[in-house]
Amino acid sequence: MTVLINDTGFLTTDPTRWIDPEARIDLPPDTDPARLRCLLIGKELVRIAFPGFADGRGFTLARMIRQQGYKGWLRAHGHVIADQYAMIRRSGFDDVEIDDDLAARQPEEQWLSRADWQAHDYQSRLRGRAA
Amino acid sequence: MYRYTDFDAAFVATRNAQFRAQVERRIDGSLTEDEFKPLRLMNGLYLQLHAYMLRVAIPYGTLNSAQLRQLAYIAERWDKGYGHFTTRQNIQFNWPKLRDVPDMLDALAEVQMHAIQTSGNTIRNVTADHFAGAAADEIADPRPVAELIRQWSTDHPEFQFLPRKFKIAVTGSPNDRAVTKAHDIGLRMIRNDAGKPGFEVIVGGGLGRTPVIGKIVRDFLPEADLLPYLEAVVSVWNLLGRRDNKYKSRIKITVHEHGIDDIRARVEDRFALLRPAFSGVDQQLFAQIKSDFAPPAFEDRDTAPFDQAYEQDSVFRSWADTNLSDHRAPGHAIAQISLKAHGATPGDASADQMRVMADLAARYGHDELRISHEQNIVLPHVHKADLPAIHAALKEAGLATANIGRISDIIACPGMDYCALATARSIPIAQEIATRFDQLKLEHEVGDLKIKISGCINACGHHHVGHIGVLGLDRAGVESYQITLGGDHTENAAIGQRTGPGFAADEIVPAIERIVDTYLSERLSADEAFIDTFARVGMTPFKTALYGENDKRAKAA
Repeated sequence: MTVLINDTGFLTTDPTRWIDPEARIDLPPDTDPARLRCLLIGKELVRIAFPGFADGRGFTLARMIRQQGYKGWLRAHGHVIADQYAMIRRSGFDDVEIDDDLAARQPEEQWLSRADWQAHDYQSRLRGRAA
Repeated sequence: MYRYTDFDAAFVATRNAQFRAQVERRIDGSLTEDEFKPLRLMNGLYLQLHAYMLRVAIPYGTLNSAQLRQLAYIAERWDKGYGHFTTRQNIQFNWPKLRDVPDMLDALAEVQMHAIQTSGNTIRNVTADHFAGAAADEIADPRPVAELIRQWSTDHPEFQFLPRKFKIAVTGSPNDRAVTKAHDIGLRMIRNDAGKPGFEVIVGGGLGRTPVIGKIVRDFLPEADLLPYLEAVVSVWNLLGRRDNKYKSRIKITVHEHGIDDIRARVEDRFALLRPAFSGVDQQLFAQIKSDFAPPAFEDRDTAPFDQAYEQDSVFRSWADTNLSDHRAPGHAIAQISLKAHGATPGDASADQMRVMADLAARYGHDELRISHEQNIVLPHVHKADLPAIHAALKEAGLATANIGRISDIIACPGMDYCALATARSIPIAQEIATRFDQLKLEHEVGDLKIKISGCINACGHHHVGHIGVLGLDRAGVESYQITLGGDHTENAAIGQRTGPGFAADEIVPAIERIVDTYLSERLSADEAFIDTFARVGMTPFKTALYGENDKRAKAA
């Protein structure tokens, strides 16, 4: 089983549960960025896989997806640690999905301590708007 | 000098609190060792051969006296009373205890310093010309650019888990003292035909096991496009760079595998996508940063005390001849303090020495110091009239070695004495070479000659770009030192060529001596520097001197 996490902590219900299966897509980290536009047509939930927390490709994919105008739900899925939560949110993800073992090892308060991801952010300061 | 804004100060304080909690969470098991490792690395904490090592950033090599005094305090309070200045404008403390590191970071924050992104697969401390703001040959001061990049790259959410480390250097002078062509990105500040300021962007340079001279990816980038363009380059590489083999993950390999034209096209595409996200606020911040780097008020005074000492004191004269460089302001000089006393560890300074240098900067140097990539300290703005007093104080502290740019001004990595990656010792070899040429009293006769020594193929000692490069390898459990000749770290960057088979530890100093003897007999005059003689006569006479006319080893090479 997995746990969903957003700025309010561990979620008990999935805010995307209403989205049709056809409007969902899972993207691996080696997704060709040139194909993003076409892959996202008609999608409302995009899950980007993090096979290991040190594989940072998902951050760039998320930002590209947002830069291309995608307004739907964006979820980071896999091995993401609490220390990366602010980076996840700043890259354009809405929430994180991790497995139960990781959630037991890094309980809710460790994630909540990074829920203030909008503070101390050089990127929004340098851009004059939300990155 | 740049002063932290409230934003910067709050950021560093928060970051330090986070790291303190991460150390505790490692101890209570919330973080595995694998997970903790990149987190400590992005905060400057390495695990070395014998102990942890904390690498502190000295952004673009600029320090004030209060900062240097605090480094002295940290060295005494939590380390063994000294620090090691590196080739990338950092200082390393070699013996901290893990539980002390959060306190050390707080002590750094008190003087507006940090250790953020001095390690790990992140954008590292941005380096710049150590003569910035002082050099007579400068077009524009690179430090505001480097500070802008520091802010942009710090905690950049997209770039904390890159394929590998990423290094950026900036120069504002046509005479490149920042080794920009050996960086992942090198920026040369230029003006276009219309007189507009901008950058030549060089990508994919690097040393390490595959040395590559960087290639021009954009011949003119307007100043205001800098951050989105850098972001485009790193973003393209973050997806494209290899993650299957750490030896093939640097951007130089990505450029080699895809070709510079393909990389350029991808970068331009990405740039077009993300350029609109920058509203221009970064340029307003850039203007504020620039004002922090306004030059100090230079005094117009008589240089008679300098002229007198130069006439009368041969020790002072020798130091002035080697350790001073041209300053842009009349009556002033750039003074380098050598951390390469013959027989000492290159780049090391004791806490007491740090305090002496801090005091000199405060009293005579507009409170400024610089760290050079050649591991020396620079007083960038001193009046010539004060140089005799400065020299006298340095002499007393063992800091008046007159050897800048000479054969004993050696860059050496920590080598097997400290580093877990090293395959051979570097520091003792540097010490032996320096001591030997001091005995021979040949140093000044030889003139400009740069020896650079690395203790393994990762090339932290920059041996590829040394006029004489020395690479220490492990050959079946025995140290073997390979020599390269003709490397160049300047705007004419070149990778040195191997002479042939390596030399044992006890053969390497005599081998260097034979190379120097060959140069002295081959050069046209004392005005022809080693690198120019090598360019003219080529490898053959040096090979013959090293291996003999009919040596089988020379033929095998």
